[in-house]
Amino acid sequence: MSLLGKLSLDAVPYHEPIIMVTLAAIAVGGLALLAILTKYKAWGMLWNNWITSVDHKRLGIMYIVVAMIMLVRGFADAIMMRTQLALATNGATGYLPPEHYDQIFSAHGVIMIIFMAMPFMIGLMNIVVPLQIGARDVAFPFLNNLSFWLTASGAVLINISLGVGEFARTGWVAYPPLSELTYSPGVGVDYYIWALQISGLGTLLTGVNFLVTVFKMRAPGMKLMQIPVFTWACTWANILIVASFPILTATLGLLTLDRYLDFHFFTNEAGGNAMMYINLFWAWGHPEVYILVLPAFGIFSEIVATFSSKKLFGYTSMIMANGAISILGFIVWLHHFFTMGSGANVNAFFGVMTMIIAVPTGVKLFNWIFTMFRGKVRITVPMLWTLGAMTTFTIGGMTGVLLAVPGADFVLHNSLFLIAHFHNTIIGGAVFGYLAGFSYWFPKATGFKLNAKYGKAAFWCWQIGFYVAFMPLYVLGFLGMTRRLNHTDNPDWNIWLYIACVGAFIILLGIIFQFTQLYVSIRDRKQNLDTTGDPWGARTLEWSTASPPQFYNFAKTPEVHSIDAFMEAKENGTAYAKQAEYAPIHMPKNTSAGVLMGAALTVMGFALIWHIWWLAIVGFVGTIGIFIVRAYNTDVDYYVQPDEVKRIEEAHLKNVAEVAA
Amino acid sequence: MFIRSLSKVALAAMVLFLAGCEGGVLDPKGHVGLQEKNLIIVATVLMLLVVVPVIFMTLFFAWKYREGRDELYMPKWAHSNKIETIVWIVPIIIIVILGTITWKTTHELDPYRPLDHERDHLTVEVVSLNWKWLFIYPEQGIATVNELVFPKDVPVQFKITSDSTMNSFFIPQLGSQIYSMAGMETKLHLIANEAGTFDGMSANYSGAGFTGMKFKATATPTDADFNNWVASVKSNNAVLNSQSYDELAKPSENNPVQYYGAVQDGLFHQIVMKYMQHYNDWGKGGNEHGEHQGHGSTEAAEPSMHIMHHDSSSAVEHAKANGEA
Amino acid sequence: MSTLSHTMDAGAHDEHHHDTGKVTLFGFWLYLMTDCLLFASVFATYAVLYMNTAGGVSGHDIFELDYVAVETAALLLSSITYGFAMLAAHKKNVSGTLGWLVITFIFGAVFIGMEINEFHHLIAQGNGPDRSAFLSAFFALVGMHGLHVTAGLIWMAIMMLEVIKRGLGNRTLTRLGCLSMFWHFLDVIWICVFTVVYLMGVI
Repeated sequence: MSLLGKLSLDAVPYHEPIIMVTLAAIAVGGLALLAILTKYKAWGMLWNNWITSVDHKRLGIMYIVVAMIMLVRGFADAIMMRTQLALATNGATGYLPPEHYDQIFSAHGVIMIIFMAMPFMIGLMNIVVPLQIGARDVAFPFLNNLSFWLTASGAVLINISLGVGEFARTGWVAYPPLSELTYSPGVGVDYYIWALQISGLGTLLTGVNFLVTVFKMRAPGMKLMQIPVFTWACTWANILIVASFPILTATLGLLTLDRYLDFHFFTNEAGGNAMMYINLFWAWGHPEVYILVLPAFGIFSEIVATFSSKKLFGYTSMIMANGAISILGFIVWLHHFFTMGSGANVNAFFGVMTMIIAVPTGVKLFNWIFTMFRGKVRITVPMLWTLGAMTTFTIGGMTGVLLAVPGADFVLHNSLFLIAHFHNTIIGGAVFGYLAGFSYWFPKATGFKLNAKYGKAAFWCWQIGFYVAFMPLYVLGFLGMTRRLNHTDNPDWNIWLYIACVGAFIILLGIIFQFTQLYVSIRDRKQNLDTTGDPWGARTLEWSTASPPQFYNFAKTPEVHSIDAFMEAKENGTAYAKQAEYAPIHMPKNTSAGVLMGAALTVMGFALIWHIWWLAIVGFVGTIGIFIVRAYNTDVDYYVQPDEVKRIEEAHLKNVAEVAA
Repeated sequence: MFIRSLSKVALAAMVLFLAGCEGGVLDPKGHVGLQEKNLIIVATVLMLLVVVPVIFMTLFFAWKYREGRDELYMPKWAHSNKIETIVWIVPIIIIVILGTITWKTTHELDPYRPLDHERDHLTVEVVSLNWKWLFIYPEQGIATVNELVFPKDVPVQFKITSDSTMNSFFIPQLGSQIYSMAGMETKLHLIANEAGTFDGMSANYSGAGFTGMKFKATATPTDADFNNWVASVKSNNAVLNSQSYDELAKPSENNPVQYYGAVQDGLFHQIVMKYMQHYNDWGKGGNEHGEHQGHGSTEAAEPSMHIMHHDSSSAVEHAKANGEA
Repeated sequence: MSTLSHTMDAGAHDEHHHDTGKVTLFGFWLYLMTDCLLFASVFATYAVLYMNTAGGVSGHDIFELDYVAVETAALLLSSITYGFAMLAAHKKNVSGTLGWLVITFIFGAVFIGMEINEFHHLIAQGNGPDRSAFLSAFFALVGMHGLHVTAGLIWMAIMMLEVIKRGLGNRTLTRLGCLSMFWHFLDVIWICVFTVVYLMGVI
């Protein structure tokens, strides 16, 4: 056995010009970034203020940076798939052979769900939730930092697979027996397993952390039914995380045993049962889509209320609807495989259960609609995203209910109709929601507003691009085109494939506008400063802090008596009250343990993928060792002194007073 | 508003497409597919009863109550029992109707249910291989690769298995699909009510050669045409037995159509049972202990398919039939 | 920004309104619930696969109930002795705590030793996890519990060092409390393993 396991120089795909050019571009870009950081002596700042930070607001921003980077990676995959299918018609083979194309669609799914949508959602949750409940930070700040680095570790592994070895050629679900050693002897599935396993652990810890935060760290007086609706939505999502991610961990663990130690859980031979994997996978996978979409629903609820300048309609039924969706989300997993041959009773039960979810979802839509009713609706960028989602997601919901009818699913299953449906809900629901939240809370996190002109341009490109890209896929599904085809030979499909490709490029334009917006906004930040901390006239506690919030969030924890605590304070005139004196504030210190553990686990994952056993042991022992050292470090906190708190608070109040005057 | 006009355009495109399309699941050529098409239309119309008002109200309220218009403004109004009752009840009613339809049609369209028809089912045994389809006609004693022929107006029973990864057997214009899985047998009943040649494929990704895993399904106008076709296949010298099957089972892509004039008896059964035998007998050798401690093949073959009631019953049947073999 | 050590300021009125110990215990309890679901998934897999012996041995052939009963007794006793360790810890009795922890550790180590021995025998007889889906599920379920117990033992050893070096302060007590939950939790899981795997396997 070689010291480097299966790893050799042959692992680098020299023969793939697309990959090599990408790698070269990444290398050049990376070097340029390193040079800039060195030139401006930013390393210390990066290390002290960001990498080792335990501040939930900074971690939130880092999550969103990861999400943005992975969005580019995942979207590059999408554009390649659409151009391949637009070129490879009438029997042409296109430019991507199956062995490359199959990796691309697998990577696209994994990246977009696990490394784009999840970090984006968790990033927004990090920034907003502790502020909304009037907390100083999350319950376990170090764990929060660790969660981020575990997510980053998974993202690093999946990106390494681009240049060293290969990614899975199994689709993002990695169904056995295809994902077993017999049919996938390469390292692709192992990259899949370890990237998901490590980042999944991070997500699980986040779920635990935020549940404890919401249940134990709320501001005095805040009852459960006074928690802001976004935080409620995140709480349901966290309950789903805590209840479903262990199933993923177990499932991937069993697949690992099959692949590494010759177990027979899901193999064809020796009594293995691949259907068990499929059941377990979706017992996680279905709640997972609600984990993505529930916080987005929460974002819409906040935005609709704020920009209608009106209380949210039906707060209680909103929370109940979320709860119903969460619970029902656990008893519908079988609708992902009606065509496996379960009995009619089983299929019908799961079909009907799935449809029932449409009821609470519909109620949420009506509640947003009636929030606008008799309000004063300001059509800002966050509101545009919200309106776009309310219309687009409704269509996705409808096609979803259609797929929940087993008789319809028998002909639409695994077709492009299905692809159109879940992009319709994930883009039209979750991603639009995150982008709405991004533009809504951006001034809170950074202290300046985003450029609205580019924001609107980005929105319209996404919105139009979405319809142009995905409505043809519904049609292609009806025309009998299945997913994951590498090339086609059916003249009736061509025109729709061309249109879909055009749509993908319109979305690309939207992404370009998104980044242009970011660039322009940072460049012109002085003109767009948010000095009050409340740029939208909003209702919840996060807007009562400065923008960006003081690092300790609240000088004095607020007392809460109603749902819209900040709006209430503004109306009573108790907002921005000057304190006579301030108490010292207990704060956690930064720590390098999180990033070091993340690095050690990345090493471990990489070593396991390539069967470099000694290095895997080093990585594992290193991880545990760093954790123990961290656990026995007593120098983990400090106090902010009252005079410093007073200085910061008075500066903020002066800003507020200047704007008011 | 732009979005509304856009969705109108999309809807118009859909209608045009529905009217004019050929091929695919909205152009069914058999009873099963026809029922499924109707089901899709009924369900969609039902849902549009809610979807259209939601989209309309979203855009209308956003427009009507936009800032700067002199409309009624009630910033504290956030609750109405009347509205809440309506927004819960209306979707519930629709889902109750749709749920009832679902319950009924799921039983009627159960792929395992033999079709109600005056004629007996023609049986075809289907094996998905990497990456081609093997069709065995047990009653006719012939086999083909990537070509399926049967007469119109005769119900066909497909017994489906896999000798590799999971695939899905799908002829869109005839209706339902079903997975093919190694070591077990799934069933599907279809019928063609019009003669013609239809596209068939695997609808579940199965690896590198997946795209080429296509076949043509031909419904002949008369039984005589079908018999002629059978006779022409029979005239073929190639025989499908264990040896030639092993040769065929090796991975290949874009496999051409192949005919076997004769088939070894019970071959399909052997393929299904292959994964249920003593692991030691065919697998990787190994230990001596397994044999004398074993409990015979019935237990080995008893699959754990609690949710797969059809499968387990048929598999157990097979196991019993196989007995001590 | 000034930093003060925790002890210097402990008496001061500060803006720190939650009790960290209770929050930590609640957080750890939540984590244990996720661990419980991890086991539930593997239990479900075992339930699906336990008949799939692929012509090899079944539970009836390989389980020795007497042996497992001794194993079980060791683990159950270790739970009781851990309870005594916690009682001593709350009384700030360092030597008592350490004594009971050592006894607990020994019981736990006996359990793990017996389990390794059982696995070794099975593999030596050719009934390793690669033999059949049933054996895969058996090794995974029992082995996963065993790995948890091993992790608990390592944790316990570190806790003993902490008690020796730092005494029984609040932080240490909280950690002992977490380990206590973990240890009892593994007991409960084992009772399920014993019932579902061994008892039902033999019947």
